[in-house]
Amino acid sequence: MEVITLPHLEQHPLSVCLFRNVQNAAFLRQQLLQANHDFEYAFLDASVLLSRTHVLAACFRAITDVLHARLKSHNVHSEIVFALSPNNNIADSFRRFGISDQSTNILAIKVGGDASQIEAHLMQHVQGTPVLFTDATLQTMRDPARIRKIYRVDVASKEAEAFILGTMALKGS
Amino acid sequence: MSPDSGTPYLPAPFTTSPTPLTLITRGAEAALYKTTFLTPHQPCALKIRPPKPWRHPTLDARLTRQRILAEARALVKCGREGVRVPQVLGMSWEEGWVALEWIAGRTVKDVIWGWRAEGAEKGDAWLRGLLGKVGRAVGLLHSIGVVHGDLTSSNMIVEEQGSTAGEGEIVLIDFGLATQAVQEEDRAVDLYVLERAFGSTHPREEALFGVVLEAYAGSYKGAKATLKRLEDVRMRGRKKSMIG
Ligand SMILES: Nc1ncnc2c1ncn2[C@@H]1O[C@H](COP(=O)(O)OP(=O)(O)OP(=O)(O)O)[C@@H](O)[C@H]1O
Ligand SMILES: [Mg+2]
Repeated sequence: MEVITLPHLEQHPLSVCLFRNVQNAAFLRQQLLQANHDFEYAFLDASVLLSRTHVLAACFRAITDVLHARLKSHNVHSEIVFALSPNNNIADSFRRFGISDQSTNILAIKVGGDASQIEAHLMQHVQGTPVLFTDATLQTMRDPARIRKIYRVDVASKEAEAFILGTMALKGS
Repeated sequence: MSPDSGTPYLPAPFTTSPTPLTLITRGAEAALYKTTFLTPHQPCALKIRPPKPWRHPTLDARLTRQRILAEARALVKCGREGVRVPQVLGMSWEEGWVALEWIAGRTVKDVIWGWRAEGAEKGDAWLRGLLGKVGRAVGLLHSIGVVHGDLTSSNMIVEEQGSTAGEGEIVLIDFGLATQAVQEEDRAVDLYVLERAFGSTHPREEALFGVVLEAYAGSYKGAKATLKRLEDVRMRGRKKSMIG
């Protein structure tokens, strides 16, 4: 697990852990559906994540929208999932970026909280292998066709990240 | 209150941030800070449009929103079409800020002033090379259907390449007045604005502005027609200044 501090949002550190070969996605998803308070995470399906920056941009947007009381979903964690989406349909964003019962590569993010407790909790409940949250690892997990379908951009092009960040920033305008 | 005095306005979350913000410029419309964004390794130009106390609040909010969105939309479109501009990293039209990729380099204005200050010792050919790049950059922008709206030599940066200042590619910036899907007339006016601004900022280099237009002429299919239209725009401009 890694603790990431976003410049300008130093009071809201992110605990982030990327898991490979997760066996119990259905269980994790159930906890979210039941709004189990012990599972206040953004669980993202890593197959639709382009890069670290892609994820961090969504976190920045979600946290500032909370600070300005502009939440479109229930809390900061669901807002991260929503922030990734190019459109304003919340259900759609959960379906595309959230985990499904079949997800195997999962990124878990928690805003705030005690990092060592979070780490222990994730290690206990996520049945998967923690791996480094890097662009290189994400690249082995992503599904270019799905990303292309969502953002309408060729994942391999050098303009992809700029276009995706721009699309996310313009959302709701 | 003059916009150049008083405590600088910063919206949340930048008010409380321990990450350094360095003021670069402060104009009537916007203040520009250098900082980092998303990661400590991503340099960022944070452009903040403070509320204008002399404007009606509702109108002010609408204008701020319009400018920020116009800028972001144009930048995203350019990025997608392969025109080199700063990438949009984040924004909030409510609080009036946009975080842009930092472009290392100097504005074309500073580069030309520097060229003159060095006694033009790099030679005319060097300056012509730079002006040709400017013409091609504007032509490429127009070719994808974007009109800048405020072309001046300070709204373009010569991107640093290694250690040699003034040798890199031109990156257009400051798209707050940009429009899309536009007519020949709009493109011609864009060039006219640049021509006038160039003449007043660089009076001693004015005679070389033709180099910009020559390079522009060869840069996309409709360029010649736009240049023809530029002649009409100039004519109207002259008439207006005779009356006014
Ligand atoms: N992305 C960037 N990277 C590096 N420097 C920048 C960037 N954007 C702006 N600058 C610097 O800041 C100056 C002012 O920026 P800009 O032209 O965007 O704002 P402005 O003229 O105050 O805005 P406006 O005309 O829309 O009110 C530029 O001339 C340039 O020196
Ligand atoms: Mg400017």
